[in-house]
Parts: sequence; structure tokens; C-alpha cells
Amino acid sequence: MNRQITRLAVCTIVLLSALIVGTTYWQTFAVAGLADRQDNALASVAQFTVDRGKIYTGHRRVLLATNVKKKVAGQTYYFRKYPNGYLAPHVVGYSTQSRSRAGLERSQNDYLTGANGDISSVTKHELDKLTGVTIKGNDIDLALNVRAQETAVRQLRGKCGAAVVIQPQTGRILALASSPTYNPNAVEKSFSAITRIRTAACPFAAPLLNRATQGLYPPGSTFKVVTASAALDSGAFTPSSTFYDPGYCEEYGKRVSNAGNPESPETFGTVTLAQGLQHSINSVFCNVGKRIGAGKILDYAERFGFYKSPDVELPADAQSPSGLYRKHKPYKPKHPEFQVDPGRLAFGQERLLVTPLQMAMVASTVANGGVLMQPHLIDDVRAPDGSIVHRVRPHKVRRVISATTANQLTQMMESVVTGGTATNLQIPGVRLAGKTGTAETNVNGKYDTWFIAFAPAEKPEVAVAVALENQTGFGATTAGPIAKSLVEAILRQRSNT
Amino acid sequence: MSERNRELLNLFVVGMLTALGFASVYIARQSEVSTGSLSYAAFFFGLYLVAHFVARYAVPNADPYLLPMAALLTAVGVTEIYRLNPDNAFKQGLWIVIAVGVFVATLLVLRRDYRVLESYKYLFGLGALFLLVLPALPGIGTTVNGARLWVRAGPLQFQPGELAKLALIVFLAGYLREKREVIAQGRLKDLGPLLVIWGGAMLVLVETNDLGSGLLYFGVFLAMLYVATARFTYVLAGAVLFIVGSAGVYKISEHVRDRVDVWLNAFKYAHTTGYQIVQARYSIAHGGFGGTGLGHGIFTQPGSSDTLIPYLNTDFIFAALAQELGLIGAAGLVLVYMLFVARGFRIALLANDGFSKLLAVGLTSAFALQSFIIIGGIVGIIPLTGITMPFVSYGGSSVVANFVLLAGLMLISNRANTERGES
Repeated sequence: MNRQITRLAVCTIVLLSALIVGTTYWQTFAVAGLADRQDNALASVAQFTVDRGKIYTGHRRVLLATNVKKKVAGQTYYFRKYPNGYLAPHVVGYSTQSRSRAGLERSQNDYLTGANGDISSVTKHELDKLTGVTIKGNDIDLALNVRAQETAVRQLRGKCGAAVVIQPQTGRILALASSPTYNPNAVEKSFSAITRIRTAACPFAAPLLNRATQGLYPPGSTFKVVTASAALDSGAFTPSSTFYDPGYCEEYGKRVSNAGNPESPETFGTVTLAQGLQHSINSVFCNVGKRIGAGKILDYAERFGFYKSPDVELPADAQSPSGLYRKHKPYKPKHPEFQVDPGRLAFGQERLLVTPLQMAMVASTVANGGVLMQPHLIDDVRAPDGSIVHRVRPHKVRRVISATTANQLTQMMESVVTGGTATNLQIPGVRLAGKTGTAETNVNGKYDTWFIAFAPAEKPEVAVAVALENQTGFGATTAGPIAKSLVEAILRQRSNT
Repeated sequence: MSERNRELLNLFVVGMLTALGFASVYIARQSEVSTGSLSYAAFFFGLYLVAHFVARYAVPNADPYLLPMAALLTAVGVTEIYRLNPDNAFKQGLWIVIAVGVFVATLLVLRRDYRVLESYKYLFGLGALFLLVLPALPGIGTTVNGARLWVRAGPLQFQPGELAKLALIVFLAGYLREKREVIAQGRLKDLGPLLVIWGGAMLVLVETNDLGSGLLYFGVFLAMLYVATARFTYVLAGAVLFIVGSAGVYKISEHVRDRVDVWLNAFKYAHTTGYQIVQARYSIAHGGFGGTGLGHGIFTQPGSSDTLIPYLNTDFIFAALAQELGLIGAAGLVLVYMLFVARGFRIALLANDGFSKLLAVGLTSAFALQSFIIIGGIVGIIPLTGITMPFVSYGGSSVVANFVLLAGLMLISNRANTERGES
């Protein structure tokens, strides 16, 4: 029998060795994959044992997210608290047990929990785990300008919409606000109260929605800046090219009217392209569109960043691309020359939907002499010892239009404020360049209104875009004043320092 | 050094490890547990000293490593159970006292010659069947986690299957010893009683819906049959039978079907039938290489007392240990099982008579297979079945049965070593 016993023993030991192999698999190779799974309740609890990194803005002067230490059943947990929660909930987001995470708290979770992949932090992480030292996450400092952000939040209160402020030369996002807003401190305990938020300003309050990066609105006449870019940069037109405006433009044998009552639209007679932008004349841009074609306009839109996620540091699913939309999906026609109505596209109708962030990028590009900078929310990430883990440097995406074109557009946009559709927004002593937008909605008499702007025109320091839903007024009288106060908020600080 | 002195030395080491284990739980969870935790280590050390001194008297030449390994495994188990729920650890402690009592009694009663058991083999066979049927009877049986394995008598719950397993092994050892030559010739007539008993056992297992035990019994049966007859074809035939049988059960039983589906793709069922196993793997993975350390693992939502993994301290205790002790600790634990099994087979090799050899093979294979089935189920080598991890899991019947198993191996070992010394 001994031979059989020996064989059996060998078989059994081999069988048991397989257990070690199996355990090794789960504890080494599979670890990273499992930890990232959304349904991993344990990992999400474990993350609350990490002394999560803080989120600041304004060179670590203003605290946006910090921790409250709590001892529960012998284990120390770090729960999130948002000291200035009203300021930027759509940027910072939240980190909770019951509702998981949103905003930068979600997208930057690895930095905040110290789980970012470089070898020294991984080693330190493992050592801390072995020795039982609390793991500390990295602190994040945002580019948000507190004064501008505060202004945006205050000015949007009671309205439905969003505002974005960008520093044109660097792409730093100085303000990004969405309204209606919510209190991130209430997410954990009274989430249902947030879902019950209603406002008369818009049909769907959806306070968690980041309208600045996810809100898709028809751009209206602000899109004329993109069309004008294409018209000038392609060499097909100059600012002084002349048009005859009878109050409408004929397309496919039908009349497309200027703004105002369709029976008696505004008529301007003979005008230049520059005046077309200044007074936002649809027929002028309609003719431009017919001449250069929808493909050319869409090409330039794409160069401005349309059809692509803006790639700011927020979670990917919290950022929508701008462009033509069909059935709630971005739609890029293969043969734009006969799939898209070029006249309507040219003045911002057709099926165009854009985010406020994208329009801020358009303004910022023109302000920056035609070069699009990658917009970003984060200035730097620091380890608990204060050393820099990651620093965001200005990154040039591409030259969108030539410096000459940018210069011509700047002058044209300045004329909008000095003698066009936005004369009410003049700031004494500051050369403001801007463009209004008033887009029709499904509801008669209700508009989505816009103002995009930058200043000072001679040496721009700030570019803004403001979009409001469900307005009865025009872009210049609704979104315009908010954009103006944002520009002032930035420029006033400059003169103070 | 004599065998028993070696045992005593090993027990000292185990005692120190136990003290360290409880101390680290105490340090990690001071706010939760009392200094009483430290007395646990002293208490268990005392308990095993008693076992040791009885062994000194009853089985002086028995293998010196088995008792310390059993002590180590129970200590690891009770430390982890204590860490998860101090009240359960107290109950488990009581069961260990009872188990050591039964161990001592078994040694004392059978110290002269355990081979008398062979003459009662049919009684053991029938007894085993009776114990297996017990939970299936209406009124006294209860269903836990989809399997009818339990007998409830007032506040006490008992899993008779654990003892049935031992009785069956005694029966098989006796029967196979007697009939091994004729069975090896393959005459159907001689296989008859064997098949009857086994058919009955399998039926009961299907009835009780417990695939894990089925695999355990069948595996032990095949191992013993192979050793007794040296006919590998029997093993093959048995394996084929088992696979066919399993396929049948898979078709009939939804419980088994779920288990197999989850085994093939656990993460697909992460929110339903695969919840436990997926959470168990998260727990294991969270431990990583070095583990979180005793007392530092995460098993609940903050402030909740419900563990994220159901049945954490019984079926899934390996997942808890793997998180807190890491790969080093989990692999170490498996190595202890391997050593125990290796010693068991060594005893079978050294034993001088067929009954002893077969008994040792049966007991060792049962121990090995049980460890393999539960840990293999958790790490995904085989479909998960809820059985206990020998000596470690929370559960009275299991601990008592395993201490009887330990006593059996020590008795066989004592006899073999004594005879070897004499010749």
C-alpha cells in the first residue's frame, strides 16, 4: 500500500500548493484591478482611512476640502468637509460613503489618496501600510480666483446657467460656476433634499449637473465668432468685405430672416463683414456660410476644440464635447456640403450645441492671438511634506487662427461693445471685446442667452463665457452684465496689486 | 530529544505566537477590546498543556508536530474570530475546551488499542448514515445558506455531518481492509455493500443540497479505495461517476447551478449570487503582500457591525485572515495545512497494519480535502461550497470533529512508532 500512499500524498500536496498559487494571484496581480472596481465596498471604506489630501485654491489661501477625523469602532476614519462648500461644488465635487464621489474628488482620487503611480509613493504607501502609519494623500491647489468665483456664484444665484473664466495665455480656469448649485456638505446625509431642489428659473433644476462643462446650449450668435474666424483666416473675406442685407438671406429658395419680427426684420442695407458681427446680422453670416461652406466652418470649430472633450481635470463623463448633435450624440457629417445647412450653421443655428466652457475657449483663443491653450483647473499637487508631486504648466493645444485674424476679430468684437449689440456693457477705461448670443428655444419667447468676452483688448488678461437658460431678454442684457462683472472682478485685483 | 519534549517545545512556540496575536489585536483595537484578551493566550496555552500531558501518558510515542500545528491553527482562528467579534471568540473558546476534552477522552479510551474499532465497522457505517440523514428529517433539521446540514435542539445547533465523516472513514477503513483483495479482483458481488452505503450517502447529500460535503466524501472514498486496491481504474471510474453525478445535480439544483455560474464568472454576478465571493476577493486583495496587520483590516462600513462579507468568521474566515495577514500569512497558513497533511501521510506510511494505514489515509485525506475545498472555493480554483476551514473557522461541531481526527492520527502514530521502537 505504501506506493499508493506516497502517490496520494504527492497529489494532495500539489493540490494544496494550488491554493498558494490562487492566493498569490488575488493578492498581487489582481490587486490593482479589484481596487478600482466601483462595487468594491471595502476599498471605498478603506479610502476613508486615508488622510485624504486637502483641496485649496488661490495659492493655498482658501480651503475648499478638508477632513474631519472620526474614530469608529477602533478604526480612525477621515470624512470630508467642505469649508467653503458654496464656492465651487461643481469643480471640487464630493467624496462620500453613501454617494461615492464626484468632481475633482473623483477624477483626482489617486492623488488625493496618495495612490498615484510613481514608484516612490507606491513604496512609501506599502511601508506605511506595513507599519500601520496613516496614509496621507496629496494636496491639490486650484487655479480658481476666489473673487471671480465668488462673483460668478453670486451673480448666477436664482438663475439657470453657467459661467467660465479663463486666463488666455495659460489656460488656467479662474472661475467655473454652475447654477442651480448645491451644498456638498449635505450630500452624505441629506442627498434627497438636494434632489428635491427646484427653481422657477429653469424646467430642470438638476443642481448636481455641471452646466459649465456638461450643459449643452445652442450657441446662437456667439458662434459667429467661429464663422468669422473661418471667413477671415481662410482668406475668403476681409473685415471690410461688403454685403447687401435685405433683412433676410435666401437659402434653398427660402428666406432666412434676421433677428426681430419675421414679418418686418431689421434691415441694414450695404454693410461690411465687421459691421455684420458688430450688429449680429444673420443674413451676412448666412451668405458667408454659403460661400465658404459648412465643412470649412466645422473645420475651424474643430480647431477651437469642438467635437472633443475639453479634457479639463474633471471626470471624463462630466464633460461634453460641443458640435452638431443628432439624437443626443455628437454628429460629425461625412459630407457637410449637403448634409448641413451652411447658412444657419454660420449664425449658430442648425443642430449646434455647445458648452459654456467651449465658448470660453473660443474667446480665450482669440484673446491669446489665435493660440488655444489647454484649459486646466489645477495649479499643482503637493505631497504632505510640501514637495511638488505634479505641476500643471501652460500647454499650447494648437494655433487655431493666425495672429492677424485674431487681431481683426478682436477689433470687430470690440466694436460690438463700443457701438454694436452690447453697448450697455462698456467698462470705463477698459477695452472690452465681446459677442452677444440669443438663441431661440422650444418655448416661444424664451431664449438661451450668451455673452462671451475678453479684456483688455490690447493685452487680454481674462476671457469669459456666460450662458443663461430660459431668459426673456437678450444676451447683452442678461448674460452680459454677469460677464462684465467677472471681467471687472479680475481686472480690479490687478490694479490693486 | 523525546517525541513529547519536542511537542512541548513546539507548544511553547505556538503559545508565544498566540500571545503575540492577541497582543496585536489588543493594541490595534484598544477602544474595542479589554485587557481580558491577553488572558486568552494564557488560557489556551494552559489548555494545550493539559492535552500535552494526557498525550504524554496515553500516546508517548505519537508524532510531536500534530498537536502543536492543531494548536497553532485554532489559535490563529480564535484570534481572528476575537478580532471580528469578541463574543463569538468566547463561544469558540468554550467549544475548544469541549473539543480538547473529547480529544483527551478519545486518547484515554482508545490508548490500549484503537483497532477494536474495526470490529464495529458496520455499526459505524450505519451510524454515519443515520447522522447524515438527521438534518434532512423534517422538524429537527434546519437550512442554513441553502444547505440542510444542521440539527437544532433548543439553543444548540449541531452539524452531524462533521462526525458522520469520521464514522464513515472508520467504516471504510475496516471494510476495505477486510475486502481489499477481493475488491481488487473487481467482482461486483463484493463491491455491493460498498456501493449501497455510498449510494445512500450521495443521495443524502443531494437531498441536503450540500455539494461541498459530497465532494469531500467522494474524494476521501476514492483516496481510500485507491490505497486499498491499488487499482487506478477505480479512481478514474469514480471520477467519471462523480462528474456525471455533478452534471445531474447541476441540472436539478438551482443552488448548485448558481454556485457553478458564479465560479465561472464571479464578477458578472457581483451584486447577486456572486456577492459573497466577490467581496471576499476584495478582502483578500486589500491585504496585498504584507496584510493590513491584525486588527487593522476592514470588514464593515464605519460604525456598522454587519460585516461586508456574510459568513465571514465561518466559511470565509480565510478571506479575513488573508486581508489582515497578507500573502505572507495566508501562504504560511496553507503551509501549515500542508505540513499537517504530510505528517498524516507519513503516519500512514509508518503504520504496520492495513486498518491503521487506511484509517490514517482516510483521516488525512479528509483533512486535506476539506482545507482544499473551502480555500480553493474562495480563491476560485473550484466552485465555492460552504464548509469550515479545519481548526480555524468558527463552529463547534467542526472543531470537535477535527480534534477527534487529531486524536485518531496520534493514536495510529503512537502505535506505529512504538512498534518500530520495539523491533
